[in-house]
Amino acid sequence: MTAIAQQRKPGAEAATTRTRGASSGAAGGGRYATYLLPAAILFIVVIAVPLALNVYTSFTNWTGVGPRQWAGLANYRQLVHDSEFWASMWHSLALVAAMAVIPTVIGLLVAAALFDVIAKRFGPRLASVLRACIYLPQVLPIIVAAIVWGWILDPQYGALNVGLRDAGLGFLAHDLLGDPHTALLTVMAVLVWFQLGYPVVIFMAALQRTDPALTEAAEIDGATWGQRLRLVIVPQIRPEIYVVLLTCTVASLRAFGWIYALTSGGPGEATQVPSYYSYQSFFTNLDVGYGSAIATVMTVIIVAVSVVFLWAQRRHAL
Amino acid sequence: MSAVLTRRRPARGKLARHGLAKHRGPAAWLVLAALAVLTAAVLFPFALIALNAFKPPAQYSAHGPLSFPDGFSTGGVSTFWQTADFGRALWNSVLISGCVCVLAVLLSILNAYALGIGRVKGRTWILGAFLVANFLPQEGLVYPLYDMAKAAGLYDTPLAVIIIFTVIQGAFGTYLLSSVLSTFPPELLEAARMDGAGRARILWRVVVPVSMPTIGVLLVFFFIWTWNEFFLPLVFLVSNSNQTVPVALGTLQGQHIMNPLTTSGAALLGVFPTIIFFLIFQRTLTRGVTVGAVK
Repeated sequence: MTAIAQQRKPGAEAATTRTRGASSGAAGGGRYATYLLPAAILFIVVIAVPLALNVYTSFTNWTGVGPRQWAGLANYRQLVHDSEFWASMWHSLALVAAMAVIPTVIGLLVAAALFDVIAKRFGPRLASVLRACIYLPQVLPIIVAAIVWGWILDPQYGALNVGLRDAGLGFLAHDLLGDPHTALLTVMAVLVWFQLGYPVVIFMAALQRTDPALTEAAEIDGATWGQRLRLVIVPQIRPEIYVVLLTCTVASLRAFGWIYALTSGGPGEATQVPSYYSYQSFFTNLDVGYGSAIATVMTVIIVAVSVVFLWAQRRHAL
Repeated sequence: MSAVLTRRRPARGKLARHGLAKHRGPAAWLVLAALAVLTAAVLFPFALIALNAFKPPAQYSAHGPLSFPDGFSTGGVSTFWQTADFGRALWNSVLISGCVCVLAVLLSILNAYALGIGRVKGRTWILGAFLVANFLPQEGLVYPLYDMAKAAGLYDTPLAVIIIFTVIQGAFGTYLLSSVLSTFPPELLEAARMDGAGRARILWRVVVPVSMPTIGVLLVFFFIWTWNEFFLPLVFLVSNSNQTVPVALGTLQGQHIMNPLTTSGAALLGVFPTIIFFLIFQRTLTRGVTVGAVK
């Protein structure tokens, strides 16, 4: 019965869409376009013009006052030979791992465990309480979360080192954010803490629309839990995995708030990221042309990543 | 093959569910223990804030952040409230987030009506442009916007931030709402047309009321997203009297004038509004996150 209903729905929808498209499209698609007018004006002023100006500025030398001086590719040539820029790009990859890859993998395991084990054997109420707790960091403003962690990790009065010293483990106490060897790893760990709740919530919702019969059939056929996860569950929730990876990757390239409040890119350039580097070039070094070049590279990368993800998602959806 | 499977499935499914549901083997307890540890680790920072926000300063300096408070002091919170002019920051955040969520939803509705129901030509490309606009790094727009705002006399005013976020949030709202409206029941539109309703009337009297659940999700989301924004408000709102909550917290942190107690007080004040939103909107939030993902 439900199978029939589900099978009929797409067909019916397509049919009605077609008739509607024909009637309204022919009658007055042009007049509907007036509803786009406010957005078109705002879009041009707030997005298109600034974007173009930023790209143009990246080909000039400019301190922010007076006229821009055309510099051709000079800023980009400088960028290629700038070790701090390359370091910031590598750190970006580390942040993609911390905000997109690791939370997606752990989030998948946690969501599957909550859905498969906790909800079924200990009750759905417990599962949703645990889910809400794990999601909680996500509602915090990044800056607040970063201040809290900066305070916990403070070498003198922070809870972590004080706790270690109180427990007689003083030799483990360490200035995690102040040591260039551990600073990036520490920022990554904090980002995993922050980001984990998002994939858990999305994947749990996705699991609810999967077909339990498939999982049960696999279970009866003797598939292990890992096999079921990999071969039965993951293919069914692939659209959500794509969305999570895309949105988390984009978010990780915008890690400005974290770096601003936790490390200011330091020590040295140990946690420098393009976002913070461009901000410094704009407003601290007053090298607006160089900052614009960094921002242009970021823009190109993010647009390319989103286009590839959307293309891959569409290809799998068909 | 599939027929056999489907015929057998109900009986076995029932059996499996019956057999497993009440069975809490050691593996299940192990999974529960692992998740409990994970949840405790996630909640640990929140517990620390709660433990220290009202701790007397003397006890903090003597016994540190992990000791259980032996008294009650509002020193840290009130010191931070005054240094940061927190009441003012709260008001600015409410004003900016409130305006942005209403205006961005209005913009999304107008766009989605043209794209989802009006099926304007080239809508796939227009939607793609909106989606990419929402993903664009703000670093790539910030300096020209900063320059333009200065030229227009809008620098260091809430209005500049409201306009920019209306467009950025509206771009996402357009994408989401268009795909929701593209499955809007055509019978409703047809009936309204038969009754002689014009386009504008159909939008406000039929489409908007029917789409209220999605619009509600968008309002909540835009409010919280704008509330949490840091980068653009940091650049645009320089004077203390215009700062939002995250900017006020961030600049104080940047000046390194905070001691441990004001930091925990600041953290408490920063966490508090969002926890309130979370509790009020928890259902909408979790539902909304998923709506955003599937569309």
